[in-house]
Amino acid sequence: MLVVSETAQKRTALYQEHVRRGAKIVPFAGWLMPVQYASIIEEHQAVRNNVGMFDISHMGQLIVDGNGAREWLNIMLTNNIDKLDVGTGQYTFLLNERGGVIDDLIAYRIGDEKLLLVVNASRTEEDFDWLKKHLRSDVKIDNRSGNFGGVAIQGPRVVDLFHALFGESVEPPARNHIADLDLEGMSLSIARTGYTGEDGVEVFFRASDAAQFWNAVLEKGQEFGIKPCGLGARDTLRLEMCYPLNGSELSPERNPIEAGLGFFVDLGKPNFVGREVLLQTKENGPKRRLVAFRMKEKGPPPRPYYSIFANGERIGEVTSGTLSPSLNDGIGMAYVSASHANIGTNIDIEIRGQKFLATIEKKPLYKKS
Amino acid sequence: MRVGITDHAQSELTDVVYVELPKMDRKANAREAIAVVESVKAASDIYAPLKGTVVEVNKALESDPGLLNREPFGEGWIFVLKTDNMDDLHKLKDATAYRKQIGL
Repeated sequence: MLVVSETAQKRTALYQEHVRRGAKIVPFAGWLMPVQYASIIEEHQAVRNNVGMFDISHMGQLIVDGNGAREWLNIMLTNNIDKLDVGTGQYTFLLNERGGVIDDLIAYRIGDEKLLLVVNASRTEEDFDWLKKHLRSDVKIDNRSGNFGGVAIQGPRVVDLFHALFGESVEPPARNHIADLDLEGMSLSIARTGYTGEDGVEVFFRASDAAQFWNAVLEKGQEFGIKPCGLGARDTLRLEMCYPLNGSELSPERNPIEAGLGFFVDLGKPNFVGREVLLQTKENGPKRRLVAFRMKEKGPPPRPYYSIFANGERIGEVTSGTLSPSLNDGIGMAYVSASHANIGTNIDIEIRGQKFLATIEKKPLYKKS
Repeated sequence: MRVGITDHAQSELTDVVYVELPKMDRKANAREAIAVVESVKAASDIYAPLKGTVVEVNKALESDPGLLNREPFGEGWIFVLKTDNMDDLHKLKDATAYRKQIGL
């Protein structure tokens, strides 16, 4: 059984590197990915204190190109593409007509009318099909995911590592910017973005260059304490920052207003898919809200689907939870009824029949001291 | 008998962050889940290997769950079970049979 399911899973161009370095491999979103090398907590701390590198080759890369590219994407996506200069990117949502989230992604404007969309692994095919279905004659879309890979290099020492790789005179792109650079014959697109709350870059390259780049970074990164990191640390890092994960906090049944992510929705745009529903949600106020919480007492870490109570009444459910390696407390996110979503509200999380006290806190849960 | 998890199991779990100990004097059947070991990623049930009664629990794990990772065969034990029938002991695997089962 295991063999059958594993052969059905895709391998990134870095799979052999992960295996060679002793990573524990798990299936994720149709891919065989490293969940950890030696320890999730150590990898987490490497990113918070030094620098770590993640394989993000499983993420989808779509290229949108053509005279109408920006105008069309402004209808397909929630954020305002017109705010993007060439060489910059923005976080945005792809919604269905009900305002529900098909995917959250970063759109980079890499040419006048050319954009790179970096989307979730589990949604790549669905996004591509949806966008193709709505395509106009003056726009082309290409799914280059199979031929490209990517890594995220994250942590306070990333700029030092960048200089060690590219030379002291080459500066990394500014926050949310993307630039093309060459290294030892490899063509790289480097974006100053990430999913950890630390300074960092995400680097995209041809799949055939993946292993060479990965190993070059690990070698140069040694003096900065670099660690290869798995999806386990990626999850604890993003959760401390309260960044949503598609499939957990985001789904076709949830909209960005409920998720508290209205900042990435430009309701001032005259027309985009899902706009009417979001306007309504905003006007009436959402019934449920996505909140962050922290456990108040020592106990088991919260996990997805645990029930949440306030004064004995069930008010919601955990979407993500873990023991925070930085705070050393149980933390999580949850959708709760809007009347119980205020910061400071005490809630009870039910774990194996027993209730544990938590408090709704301001996002992000982790702030750099 | 003293019950814990193997070195192989702790290395698969890694980073144990919480241990829910069984209640003292609890009676359990063989294969009944009576404790929980939680890593960063997941919660795993710990079963009573044989029918018996919990006569001791390792309180040290409450403040230092990492003991399970560091000393699975020593200070990282979870509970002591008094078996109802000593003859049941032969139903358990020895280290050699266990290694064979996990393919080592």
